[in-house]
Amino acid sequence: MSIQVQNVSKRFGSFQALSDISIDIESGELIALLGPSGSGKTTLLRILAGLEGLDEGAILFDGENITGVSPKERKIGFVFQHYALFRHMTVFDNVAYGLKVRPRKERPSKAEIAKKVNELLSLVKLDNLADRYPSQLSGGQRQRVALARALAVEPKVLLLDEPFGALDAKVRKELRRWLRKLHNEFHVTSIFVTHDQEEALDVANRIIVMNNGKIEQIGTPDEVYENPKSPFVYDFLGNVNLFRGRLHNGKLTQGQFEIDVPTYLDSHEEAVGYVRPHDIHIEKVQTSNDTVAATIVHIHLLGPVVQIELKRDDIDEYLEAEVTKEHFNQLGIKKGDIVYIRPKQLKVFIPEDFSI
Amino acid sequence: MELTLKKRNKKTIIPGFSLTLGYTMLYLSIIVILPLSMIFFNTFSMSWSEFYETISHPRAVASYKLTLGTSLGAGLINVVFGTIIAWVLIRYEFPGKKIVDGLVDLPFALPTAVAGIALATLYSPNGWVGQFFDFKIAYSPLGIIIALTFIGLPFVVRTVQPVLQNLSSEVEEASASLGANRIQTFTKVIFPELLPAMITGFSLAFARSLGEYGSIVFIAGNIPMKTEITPLIIMTKLEQYDYVGATAIATVMLIGSFLFLFIINIIQWVTNRKFNQH
Ligand SMILES: Nc1ncnc2c1ncn2[C@@H]1O[C@H](COP(=O)(O)OP(=O)(O)O)[C@@H](O)[C@H]1O
Ligand SMILES: [Mg+2]
Repeated sequence: MSIQVQNVSKRFGSFQALSDISIDIESGELIALLGPSGSGKTTLLRILAGLEGLDEGAILFDGENITGVSPKERKIGFVFQHYALFRHMTVFDNVAYGLKVRPRKERPSKAEIAKKVNELLSLVKLDNLADRYPSQLSGGQRQRVALARALAVEPKVLLLDEPFGALDAKVRKELRRWLRKLHNEFHVTSIFVTHDQEEALDVANRIIVMNNGKIEQIGTPDEVYENPKSPFVYDFLGNVNLFRGRLHNGKLTQGQFEIDVPTYLDSHEEAVGYVRPHDIHIEKVQTSNDTVAATIVHIHLLGPVVQIELKRDDIDEYLEAEVTKEHFNQLGIKKGDIVYIRPKQLKVFIPEDFSI
Repeated sequence: MELTLKKRNKKTIIPGFSLTLGYTMLYLSIIVILPLSMIFFNTFSMSWSEFYETISHPRAVASYKLTLGTSLGAGLINVVFGTIIAWVLIRYEFPGKKIVDGLVDLPFALPTAVAGIALATLYSPNGWVGQFFDFKIAYSPLGIIIALTFIGLPFVVRTVQPVLQNLSSEVEEASASLGANRIQTFTKVIFPELLPAMITGFSLAFARSLGEYGSIVFIAGNIPMKTEITPLIIMTKLEQYDYVGATAIATVMLIGSFLFLFIINIIQWVTNRKFNQH
């Protein structure tokens, strides 16, 4: 099912939780709603599910305006952040619930319900725990019950609120992979909320970055990571180094240090260059004057990527660089060495771009 | 190695277990078991046939039935209305909510005799309320049920209220998003969550009703075989210096109450089990 969110605003008292949100989601997409805590992700998800009303705007499912339709009628599967399982029901009964409450005419027979529930339970690998109560399960198992319960009603849209939030790292990874696999099999339009950028980049086919109740950027993981539209998105998706300076004649000047930025031709007294750690070039001897000297403060040797912490010699600022192990070995640098760095690629934002 | 680990795990993490347990046992012995054993002890001065005759006297048997019946009735009424009151107090905002909340505790605070006199005046055949009814309310079992409902009200409200408070609205939302209507959500999701608290409230109100005396004697009329409750029979016997007879009846009440509470506890244990397993 395709979803259109049209100019949705939501206020809690005097607090503007969402302002003018518009999103187009195609049928079968797997979308991540990414943003810091309090940015309105849950609120948006709840509005989509009909659990929360909206002040302005409209929600369309398959082109049909369902803004006033009750959650019961929306045919969505909602997985709550804290699972919201029915404590007094077994795992089996939890999953069967959505089928059992159907009006008599649409309700499958007992045998059909049992078959369906058992299928779902084996899908989430909980077949042998059907008779347990939620209190007897681990966090990851509860999460899977919640998912199976939502899937049982064959929803047209699956909404998941921080589905992996409360789980430990290993279980998270596993469930993440599993959610992607599930989505590949069922192609049900899915939106999941997360505040973990790695999770969003890894799982989703499109990411919606939110901040302060507004959408900062919508795009594929590649687009938002490689081409962030705002300083916020740059900052939120991964580590970043800042070069503050003056923008003039296609150059970002910072004291003696000049960086060529030919695509930015207007002048600004204040501008900030954003550079990802892996876009920092390091050399041991100065070959050109567009580099700046820095001292290596720390080296993290972790797997194939080497993280290097540097301190600029001219100003009191720290930088983070990432190089491949191979390149690191070629460089032959060690802690305490003075090296020369240069941003290979940088994106400049002027203060007007900062939405604060 | 594994053995020692296991042993250590068995120990509870909370310190002072043996101390608190010892204290609990001592306390219960002095406060509860000692006085109760005196009741049994006193009845030993009776012969078995004397004892049997006393406790199976038609007046006594009628009073057992009355006490039990009215206590059950009042307990059930309180379960229904107490739950509704708790619901209203938790789910809705309205002016004067704090006052209503405070009123619920009044039956606890009021001397039961005051409640009894007030109720008797209200419900007597020419009282404010009683005059509108063709049948007797005061001086009938109905009057007793009213008095017991009054004194038992706080129990259900105060046990259900916190459970309802802690019941996350997400569970209800989950139910709705799975396609359940409001009635289904209530009967299948909310009610089962409340049931253990309702049973607790019921058993407290019921136990309190079994032994209630002060509020009933005024409204009951105390007609032998009709509106005479068991505690009153005990009082009457005491006033006639028939201590042994009084304790014999008391023994029946004691064993009866114990049995009922025991059964209720079993029911409670069964309904609670699923929530507490880990
Ligand atoms: N029912 C509510 N009443 C008042 N404020 C709310 C309510 N729900 C959410 N908020 C506020 O709206 C903001 C966004 O909340 P939420 O959507 O839960 O953020 P997120 O899920 O991104 O962390 C928060 O500041 C929160 O305090
Ligand atoms: Mg949230």
